[in-house]
Amino acid sequence: MTNDEIRSFIENAIKENKVMLFMKGVPNQPACGFSARTAGALNALGVQYAALDILPDPRIREELSGLSGWPTIPQLFVDGELVGGSDIVMEMFESGELAELLGAEPPDEPFEPEPQPEPVQRGIGLENRLD
Amino acid sequence: MPSSRELQEKIASALPGADVTVEDLTGGGDHFRAEIVSDRFEGLSRIQQHRLVYDVFGDDIGGAIHALSIKTSTPGSRI
Repeated sequence: MTNDEIRSFIENAIKENKVMLFMKGVPNQPACGFSARTAGALNALGVQYAALDILPDPRIREELSGLSGWPTIPQLFVDGELVGGSDIVMEMFESGELAELLGAEPPDEPFEPEPQPEPVQRGIGLENRLD
Repeated sequence: MPSSRELQEKIASALPGADVTVEDLTGGGDHFRAEIVSDRFEGLSRIQQHRLVYDVFGDDIGGAIHALSIKTSTPGSRI
């Protein structure tokens, strides 16, 4: 895969998925505490989202950060716009803004992120979460 | 390896007048948390506020500084 192909794959993923999360690992097996918390917030709201693991190829992160101008992972996009990284997503989760943005009901109880597992290697692919 | 004091000084000099607290979360010099109160954040979105802080460190973010957790606020909004 060329860098251009990776970039256009990322652009399409952002365009085609209303809620698109770029993370380390996958929602069921996050490979970093920040990614775990961000995926956990989306899971707690029960919204559908697509997630892409950036770990399999370092160029995914390079191209993503080049596109978004955001240096860290995770990155959450909603309706094609960068919402933020884990700090912003968690602030918005706690304030109820994230639920409002995603048209979800705020959860009754706070969630506990899953313990951080060992990183896993996977191929490039999208995991669609359909609850 | 950067220290929380170095991060604190860099942010403070880039955002004059800001109240900056930096904590080394693991003691390992790679996971930091910064809390910054600055009137420079007035009128900016959270994304723009965090970008101002990330810009201080350029390529060090994701490099020497593996993770930098950021909390920004303005003097007026501080609780």
